[in-house]
Amino acid sequence: MSASSVIGTSLTMAKALNEGLRKAMEDDPKVVMMGEDVGKLGGVFRITDGLQKDFGEDRVIDTPLAESGIVGTAVGLAIRGYRPVCEIQFDGFVFPAFDQIVSQVAKLHNRSAGQVKVPITIRIPYGGGIGAVEHHSESPEAYFAHTAGLKVVACADPSDAYWMVQQAIADDDPVIFLEPKRRYHAAKAEIAAAPTPLHQARVIRPGTAATLATYGATVSVALEAAEAAAADGTQLEVIDLRSVSPIDTETVVDSVRRTGRLLVTHEAPLSFGPAAEIAARVQEQAFYSLEAPVLRVTGYDTPYPPSRLENEWLPNLDRVLDGIDRLMSY
Amino acid sequence: MTVERESTSTSVVDPGPTWGEYYRQMSLIRAFELRAAEMYQRAKIGGYCHLNLGEEATVVGLMAALEPRDYLFTTYREHGYALARGLEPGPVMAELFGKTTGVSGGRGGSMHLFDRKVRLLGGYGIVGGQIPPATGAALALTYRGEPGPNAEAVMCLLGDGTTNIGAFHESLNLAALWHLPIVYVIVNNGLGMGTPVDRSAAEPDLYKRGCSYRITGERVDGDDVIAVRDAANAALTRARAEREPGLLETVSNRLRGHSVVDPAKYRSKQEAERLRALDPVHAVRARLIAEQVLDEDTARRIDEEAEARVDAAVAFADASPDPDPATLFQHAYATAVPNAPHRLPADPVVPVPELLP
Repeated sequence: MSASSVIGTSLTMAKALNEGLRKAMEDDPKVVMMGEDVGKLGGVFRITDGLQKDFGEDRVIDTPLAESGIVGTAVGLAIRGYRPVCEIQFDGFVFPAFDQIVSQVAKLHNRSAGQVKVPITIRIPYGGGIGAVEHHSESPEAYFAHTAGLKVVACADPSDAYWMVQQAIADDDPVIFLEPKRRYHAAKAEIAAAPTPLHQARVIRPGTAATLATYGATVSVALEAAEAAAADGTQLEVIDLRSVSPIDTETVVDSVRRTGRLLVTHEAPLSFGPAAEIAARVQEQAFYSLEAPVLRVTGYDTPYPPSRLENEWLPNLDRVLDGIDRLMSY
Repeated sequence: MTVERESTSTSVVDPGPTWGEYYRQMSLIRAFELRAAEMYQRAKIGGYCHLNLGEEATVVGLMAALEPRDYLFTTYREHGYALARGLEPGPVMAELFGKTTGVSGGRGGSMHLFDRKVRLLGGYGIVGGQIPPATGAALALTYRGEPGPNAEAVMCLLGDGTTNIGAFHESLNLAALWHLPIVYVIVNNGLGMGTPVDRSAAEPDLYKRGCSYRITGERVDGDDVIAVRDAANAALTRARAEREPGLLETVSNRLRGHSVVDPAKYRSKQEAERLRALDPVHAVRARLIAEQVLDEDTARRIDEEAEARVDAAVAFADASPDPDPATLFQHAYATAVPNAPHRLPADPVVPVPELLP
C-alpha cells in the first residue's frame, strides 16, 4: 500500500504506525530504523513489518540486544545528520538505555550550545492490560518528562499514530514516542487528512460538568467513562493531552475555567507523575475557577502488579467513575 | 601496578620541523594545564577540572595521526586534545571559566569542549558516555562513502576504568559486527581515579579486551610520541581502508590527582617522585637538546611562547562576559517549545488577569 493512499481509510493503530513509519522513510532518506528484531521479523508487535524488505538492511537495522548501544549509536547518527528511529521492544527495556537518553540524547544540543541537534525518535510500546507483568507493562513517561531536552508524546488513536510518528521523526528535538500497546489492534479508525500540531492537546468530547484529561492508553477509558457519566446526566469534557512534555497547559486551563473541575488519569504511578504536574499548573493558573481540588486516578505506587491484579491496578472504568463521583461531590 | 610497556617503536628522532611542532604542542599543553590548575585554585574555574599533565606525549601523538577530516570523541580529560586539534587556547580557557566566548558557549565547561569546525564532537563527563555515540558517528560514515585510504574515520578516547563499563562492550561488539571505521583508544594512566587497573579489570592487559569481538588490540608506550602516532596511524589506516575497528592502548602516567582537587593520597611519596622523574615533557625536551634537534635557546623560546599564549588565553577568558540568565532556556531544545515553563524570578507566580475581575 502506498502511504499517500491511507488518508481516509480505516486502520488499526498498529497498521497506522507502520504506514506512518513507511511515509517518514519515503519522505526523508535520512530516516533510519534500528532495534531488536525490527528488520526481518518486523518487530515483536510487527510495527516495522515489511520496512526492511522495502528499504533495505542499511535503513532498517536489526541490532544486537544492547539498548544503550542502540540509543547511543543513534546519537552518533543523529549528530552526523541522520534521523534515527529506535524501537525499544517493551517499556521496561528502556532502562538499560536510560544513561544515554538522559545524559546524551537530552543534553547534547544544550551542552554544545546548539552546535549539534539530536533528532532521534525513541518508540516505546508502553502500558499494561495485556496480561504481562513488570518490564512488559510499564508506563515510564514521568522519568523522561522530568528531563529537559526531551519531548514525550503518546498517541491514542490510529489517525494520531499515523501523523504523530511522522511529526516526531521530522522534529529536530529528541522525542520519546509512547505507543499504547494494548490499543495496537483494539479498533480501526479513519486516518485524518491533516495532522494536529504535535504538542497540542485536543478536546475529544465537549462537556460542561468537569474536565477529564488523559493521554495514550487511558483515552479510551476516559471516553467510556464520559459515556457512562452522560447516561447519569453528567457531561464530562474529555481532553486527549497527546503530549506529556511539553504539556499543552492552555487547553486544559481553558477547559477548567469553563467546567471548574478536573480529574487527570494515567497508567503511570501516582506520585510525581504527569497528573501531579498538571494539577500544579492548573492551580497556579486557574485557582479562582476551581470548584474542587484536582483529583488523580492513576496506577498505584507499587511495582507493576502480577497479571491477575492488573485490572484493579490500572485506572479502569470503575476507578475513573469513582473519581468523577468524588470530584462532583465537592 | 606498573604496566609493562610493549612499545613497538624505536622512535628515532627525526630532525626537522615535525619534532619542533610536537614539542611546541607538548609545551603548550603543559603550560595550559598548569595554568588551569592555578586558575582552579583561584576559583576562576568551578566544579571539577581534569588535567592532561603527564599525558602530553600521548595527546600529541594521537592528534598527529588524526586527519582534519576525521572525527574525535574524547573524555572529560580533554583540554590537551582540543589544543592539539588546533583550537585556540583563549576559547578553551574561556570554556573552563564558563564564559560566553568558550568553545561551547560556557555551557559545557571543562569536561565538555565541543567544536564542530575541527570535528571535535565532544568531551564527555560521564565515563563511557561517548562510546556509543562515537560508534554511531562511525556508522554514519559508512553511509557516506566507500572505504579507502582517504576515507574518514572516528577516534574515540576512553580511560582505563571505562573498559569496565557495559557501553564499552556493547559498542565494540557493534563496531566489529558492522565493520565500522573507528579506533578506540584506551588512555591507560594506571588509575581509575584512585583504583589501580589490576584491581578493576579482570583482564588488566586492556588492549586484549577487544579479543571477544575479534578486534585487533595493541599497546604502546604513551610517553613516546612517535610510537603513539605510528600505532594510531596504523589503526586508522585499517579503519579507513578495511573498515575494521581498532583498539589501541597507550600507557602513560597521570602526574597529579584525578582532578585538581584530588590530593592523590593513594600514591606514596616515592611513587610520586618516580613519576616526576619520568615526566614526558621534560624527557622529550632533554632528549631533543641532547640529540641536537633543538638547541636550548629554541626550546626556551618555545616554552616562553607557550606561556605567552596561555597568558593571553587567561586574559581573554577573564575579560569575556558571563552568560546572561535570559539565555538559560536558549539551547534546551532545538525547536521552539510551546508551554515550557520559562519563569524567571521577576515573573508573577499568578498571571495578573486571573486576579482581576
